[in-house]
Amino acid sequence: MKFKLKIWRQKNNQDKGGFKTYDLDGVSSDMSFLEMIDVLNEQLIDKDEDPVHFDHDCREGICGMCSMYINGEPHGPLRGVTTCQLHMRSFSDGETITIEPWRAKAFPVIKDLAVDRSAFDRVIQAGGYISVNTGGTPDANEIPIPKTVADEAFDSATCIGCGACVAACKNASAMLFVSAKISQLSMLPQGQVERDERAEKMVAQMDAEGFGACTNTGACSAECPKGIDLSNIARMNREYLGAKLSSGK
Amino acid sequence: MSWLSDTLTSTIGRKLVMSLTGLFLIIFLVVHLAGNFQLLADDGGLAFNAYAKFMTSNPIIKTTSYGLYAFILIHIIMSIALVRKNKAARPVGYSEVKGSANSSFSSRNMGILGFIIFVFLVIHLRNFWYEMHWGAIQMDDAGNKDLYKVVSAAFSEWWYVAIYVLCMVGLAFHLSHGFSSAFQTLGVNHSKYTPFIKKLGIAYAILIPFAFALIPIIMFLNS
Repeated sequence: MKFKLKIWRQKNNQDKGGFKTYDLDGVSSDMSFLEMIDVLNEQLIDKDEDPVHFDHDCREGICGMCSMYINGEPHGPLRGVTTCQLHMRSFSDGETITIEPWRAKAFPVIKDLAVDRSAFDRVIQAGGYISVNTGGTPDANEIPIPKTVADEAFDSATCIGCGACVAACKNASAMLFVSAKISQLSMLPQGQVERDERAEKMVAQMDAEGFGACTNTGACSAECPKGIDLSNIARMNREYLGAKLSSGK
Repeated sequence: MSWLSDTLTSTIGRKLVMSLTGLFLIIFLVVHLAGNFQLLADDGGLAFNAYAKFMTSNPIIKTTSYGLYAFILIHIIMSIALVRKNKAARPVGYSEVKGSANSSFSSRNMGILGFIIFVFLVIHLRNFWYEMHWGAIQMDDAGNKDLYKVVSAAFSEWWYVAIYVLCMVGLAFHLSHGFSSAFQTLGVNHSKYTPFIKKLGIAYAILIPFAFALIPIIMFLNS
């Protein structure tokens, strides 16, 4: 297959950056999107040019590192997958593909397509933890949790923190990510100790990082590679407003 | 009271304010529409004028109307604050956005649709509300201000009716997202109720603006 690639190139955070177009021939339809960029980069290195910088790690769709905004959508046109699980058969031969980094004030560009997502780490640090007693490994089923609750909490916990929700949102809002992280803990008995404090602190940190507000467009959930549901955001709103009304401070 | 101002200026708190004021305005529209139907009564406007007199003089209605003015202003001011914050959250935009692939037209254009309603509101308040309160209006046979005459004069102009109907289309799209979105913001998202709320929201967004638009059309055809 043959493609015209319109890729965002930016030397560093201070650089203004701009699009550069590359022609790439001989691409197999079975290549993943990242392998296609690998081929391009080999060619660029051979020509003594700076290769395109991008984030990737597991290439199995579970780490959340890859982060390309492809043809107007995070992780490209295919639903329920990360960029590494997107294959070139999802595109037509001769197509022009536009590739941009995640765009958000809270996700500054490091270089080319790589952005700094440590804002998510700081949101987690603010409250995405539980207090546990140290000691021996607890027995299985020591704390009874209904299967439906465990399943729902697990659905929220499948969030891999890739940031596609922020990239897809017209407001660059991080609410789907933050709400999934608040939900997975607030539904389980282990998460009850810091429940109120968690909602207040994580939302405060989310706001401090400069993410936008939610318009309930649902773009985040539609583009999420793990299909995190909008009901998480409603739950976060309940948790946050409830905590604000009833907490001691 | 700093916890309260903290809450109401957070991203979730601001949306809470949008949601609550929006729901109040949704209820208000029903009341307003019920009153409008009296324009169609075949009595030269006597019932409508008596109703207009009641709505501008009854102490309970007057008190509620101050709340209404405040809620409209808060809804507008808060939306401007949210738009500014949301724009600031993405200083560098994308060259290509496929919004239609993941979200509805209304949900992506609530600000523009809201602005259409705001423009309508300015015209509407100037022509009817301002005239009723401070304009020089003749009296009808029952001794009430003849607001019916002002309204029917406006609705005898085709372009005025056209603007009115177009603004109601804007209102319909605004409501088609706003109605169910208000519940989601309040945290009401449940597998039993959310599908019903969404259907009710769409039905409301079609029926109410349609009925509002129908009245000037009928009055224009009768004029």
